Amino acid sequence: MKFITIDKKDWAKGIEKSRKSYRLFGPVKDKNGFLIKSLEKDMMPDMTGHDSVMSVKSVLFPQSEKMLTTSLDEGQEDHHIMKMVKTDPTPRAVIGIRPYDARAVQLVKLNFDTKEYRDPYWCDAYEATTFIGLGINRPGPFDFSTSAGSGPFAEEGLDVLLADLDDTFLAKVLTDKGEAFTEACGFYNTAGDKESQVLFDVLRKEAEKTIDSTIETDKLKEKTILELHEAPFWDDIAFSCINCGTCTYVCPTCWCFDIQDETKQKSSVRFRNWDTCMSPLFTRHATGHNPRETKVQRVRQRFMHKLKYFLDKYDQGIMCVGCGRCVKSCPVNIDIREVARTMNTYEKQD
Amino acid sequence: MDACINKIRELSFKLLESGEVERVIGFANGTIPMATSPVMIHSKQEVEKLVFNSTCGLNLANYVRNQKGKIAVIAKGCDTRNIVNHIVENQVKRDQLYIIGVPCTGMIDKSKIASLFDDEIIQFSEEGESLTVTSALTEKQLKKQDYLRENCRLCLHRNPVIYDALAADLVPEQTLDNPYPDVKKIEAMDPDTKWRHFQELTQNCIRCYACRNACPLCYCPTCFVDESGPQWVGKGQDTTDVNTFHFLRAFHCGGRCTDCGACVEACPMDINVREFTRKLNKDSFELFGWEAGLDSNKRPPLDVYSPNDPNGFIK
Amino acid sequence: MENPYLPYPVRIDDIEIATEDKSLKTFKFVFLNPKDEEKFSYHAGQFAELSIPGVGEIPIGIASSPVEKGFVKFTVFRTGVVTSYLHNMKVGDIMGIRGPLGNWYPWDKLANKNVVIIGGGFAFTTLRSSIIYMLDPANRPRFKNIDVVYGARSPGMLLYGEELYEWEKRDDINMHITVDGTDDPNWKYHKGFVPQIVEQNAPKADEDTYAIICGPPIMIKFTQPALTQLGYKPHQIIMSLENRMKCGIGMCGRCNIGKELVCKDGPVFTLDQINQTPKEY
Repeated sequence: MKFITIDKKDWAKGIEKSRKSYRLFGPVKDKNGFLIKSLEKDMMPDMTGHDSVMSVKSVLFPQSEKMLTTSLDEGQEDHHIMKMVKTDPTPRAVIGIRPYDARAVQLVKLNFDTKEYRDPYWCDAYEATTFIGLGINRPGPFDFSTSAGSGPFAEEGLDVLLADLDDTFLAKVLTDKGEAFTEACGFYNTAGDKESQVLFDVLRKEAEKTIDSTIETDKLKEKTILELHEAPFWDDIAFSCINCGTCTYVCPTCWCFDIQDETKQKSSVRFRNWDTCMSPLFTRHATGHNPRETKVQRVRQRFMHKLKYFLDKYDQGIMCVGCGRCVKSCPVNIDIREVARTMNTYEKQD
Repeated sequence: MDACINKIRELSFKLLESGEVERVIGFANGTIPMATSPVMIHSKQEVEKLVFNSTCGLNLANYVRNQKGKIAVIAKGCDTRNIVNHIVENQVKRDQLYIIGVPCTGMIDKSKIASLFDDEIIQFSEEGESLTVTSALTEKQLKKQDYLRENCRLCLHRNPVIYDALAADLVPEQTLDNPYPDVKKIEAMDPDTKWRHFQELTQNCIRCYACRNACPLCYCPTCFVDESGPQWVGKGQDTTDVNTFHFLRAFHCGGRCTDCGACVEACPMDINVREFTRKLNKDSFELFGWEAGLDSNKRPPLDVYSPNDPNGFIK
Repeated sequence: MENPYLPYPVRIDDIEIATEDKSLKTFKFVFLNPKDEEKFSYHAGQFAELSIPGVGEIPIGIASSPVEKGFVKFTVFRTGVVTSYLHNMKVGDIMGIRGPLGNWYPWDKLANKNVVIIGGGFAFTTLRSSIIYMLDPANRPRFKNIDVVYGARSPGMLLYGEELYEWEKRDDINMHITVDGTDDPNWKYHKGFVPQIVEQNAPKADEDTYAIICGPPIMIKFTQPALTQLGYKPHQIIMSLENRMKCGIGMCGRCNIGKELVCKDGPVFTLDQINQTPKEY
C-alpha cells in the first residue's frame, strides 16, 4: 500500500500516457446526465464527482454481448458446431468509479464466479479491469451507501482510491493492479504514509457525516422468507409500478440476463442481453404457465431478492450498495428505502 | 393549488364514505424532491395522502383498466382525453369511473430545472406560479411558466373534456397559431439530417420500456417487441432493433396519442420520445381534422372508413 | 474452467415418436467427440440444455440412464419455438448439449431404503433414468423394495410402453401402471387417476421409505394428500421441479423460487424444502 500525489496539471497527461496499455472507461457528460462510456481519443473522465445515470456494470457486463457463433452452412466442415467468441484480453481501466459501484462489482462477482461454474465473459473482463475510484467529498441526497455496506471513501473492490484535494489528487494505491496503472500513467510522487492515511480518514469522516439518507435492514435476517413473502403490504407498494426495466438496468447489482439466438443468412450468433424480472415474460413457461404473472408478484420478487434472498444466500449484506439510482430514475418514485423500512418493521399478526 | 388539493380530498372523502366508489386513484407526495407517486387509496382515512401540483406529470389513465368495482380517478386535461380513448376502445366503461377533473396550467420540466444546478436538488416547493428550488450550493426562484414541459407549452386542451366533478375552476385555453413548431423543424430537414437526428435521439435508449409502460395507450397483452412466435424485433441493442421499437410504437399510437408527455416523464435517459408521435398527431390533425380523445362517440381515423378520406388510393 | 455456455456437439442418432398423438418424441444423441461423453457423466435426476444454434435452448430431463453407455436420450414435448424446431429435425442433424446440469435424486440417502416412484404424463423421463439405474444388477442390491405408480391419459400416451411392460413382469420391482381411461378390452393394468392408485397401492410410509414424485402441477396437488395420508413426512417426499430457464448454471437469475435456483440448487427438492419457499414455480 502506498500513497501518491498527483498534481491536477499533470493528470490529463498521465491518463493519456496510460492509453498505451489500457482501454479507458469513465463517466462522461452526455445530453442530460453523466454516462459511463468508453473513452475515445481526447475524451477525459469527468472527475467532478457527479452521479452517473447508469452504473459501471456495463464495462464488465455490456447490455448486449456476443457469446457464441455458428456457421449454418452445411458445406462447411464444422457447421452447426458452436464456437466461443473470444473475450478481449486488453487491460481496461475504469477511472472515476464511485466506491459503491466497486462494492457492487464484488457482489456481482459472487454470481458469475462460483465454485461450480465460471462465466468466462464476465470473469475475463473482471480480471482485465483496474478500478480507479474517486472518493466522494460531498455525497448527494440519493447516496445511502453507508447503511448499505459501502461509503463515500470505502475501499472494497478498488485498486486505487483517489481523494480530490482541490489542486491535487491523493491516490491510495491498494493493489498490484492499481500500482501497475499509476506506473503506466507515470505518477510517481509518493506521499508520506501516515499523513496521507490521516487525510483520508478525515475526508471519509466528513463525507460520511453528511449522509443522512439510510436504508433500514437490521431486522431482515431474523425474519423468515415466507413471512415476508406472504405479508400484506405488497399490493400497496406495487400499485404504482409500471413494470418497466428502469430500476434493474440502472442498478449496479442487478445481473439477470436473457440469452437469444439470431441468424443472418448462413451464420448465427448467440448473445446475451440484460433482462429484467419486472418483465411479464421473465418467468413465462413455453406452455403459457407463468409463476409470476401479476405485477405485484414481480415487484415483490425484486425487493425480496435484493433485501432477503441475497442476504440469506450469501451472507454478505443486502444486494444493494446505496447508490440511489433506482430512487432517482424510477418513473413512479418507488423508493427501496421505504420498502426496506416496511419489510424491516413488519411484525406478523397471528 | 391548495384549494384544488382540498377539493380533491373533500370529493374523495365523500365518495369513499358514501361507498359510491371503492377506491380513489390519485397522486401522493414522493420521497424525493420534485416527485409525486401514483397511489390508490381504499378508505376515507387515507384522503390526506392525496396531493396535486406541477410535478404530477404522469397519466393516471394508465391505471384505470381492469379494475373491479367503481373507482374515482384524478385526471388533468390530457388524462381525461385518454380516458375517452379507453371508452372508445372498450377498455373501460364510463359508469365504472368517477372522474375528478383538474384544469391544468401545465407540468414542469424536471430535467430542465435540474440542469440549472451543478449538484443535486434537495428541496422543491411551489407557490402559485413561482417555484423555489434549492440545492446544497444554491437556491433559485423560478417562474413556472418559464419551465413548463414542451407538451404543456403547446397544449390546447388544459381543461378536462369529460368529468363528474371539477377540483378547480376552468382555465382559459391557449390558442396557438403554430401548434407544431417542433415537428415543422424536423420536417424541414433533408433526409440524411433527419435520419441522423433520429439516430442521435435514440442512441442512449436502454430498452427499459418505461415509455411504453407509462403510456395509457399501450395495453396490448403481448407487445410486438415481446412476441416470440414469430419474433418480430430483436432484443439486443442493435440500432435497427431500437429504432424499430420506437418507430413502430409511434405508429401504433397514431391518431390515439394525446401528447400527455408521460413517456418523456418516465424515460430515465431523458429521451424526447414524443418526437415520434408528434408527427403522427400533426398528420392526424391536418389530414383528418382529428384530435384524439375529445368525443367518446367517434373512433380514430386509422380505425374507421369515411367516404371523405383524403387518401388517393380509396378513390 | 471450461466455458459453461459452450455446448458439446452431438448428432441425432435416432428419433422415436413417443406418444400416439405425436406430441412427444424421444431423441437419441451421440457425442461427436468421445471425450465429451466422458465429461458428460451424469446421475439419474439431472437435466441438460438441448442447444440448437440459431434457434435457442431448452432444459430437458435426461431420460437415458447413467448405466446406458454410448448415447444419451431425451423425450421432448412440442410446445414452443425450440421444441417445434427440434421435432422437425432429422436423424444425422447436428446440434449441441450443455450439461449435465442441476442436482440429482439423492441416491446416497436412498441406499437401503424402499423407494416409491410416482410419475404422471410426460414427466416420467428422469424416472425412467432412475428405474434403469436401480434395476441394473450392480445397483439393485443397494435398494430394498421398489414400487412404481405411473399413469397417463390413455395407453397410447404412456411413455416407454415396451419397457414398462417388461418391468411389470419382473419380480424385483412392483409396477402399478394406470390410465385415466381406455376402451381397450385387453388393457391388463389399472384404470384411474394417479392419486387414487397411489392411495390404493403405494406402501405405507415408515422410516425406511421414500417417495420420488414427478408430474404436472395438478397431479402433484392431488397426490400429496394421498401420500400424507399414507404417513409420508415432507422430508420423505422428493420432487423434481421445472421453471423457465436460460443459462441453466445459476447465473441468469430467472428460475429462482425464493433463494433457491431451480437449475442449480434443484431441480430435485424435498417437500420439506419446498414448504419453506414461496411457491413461484
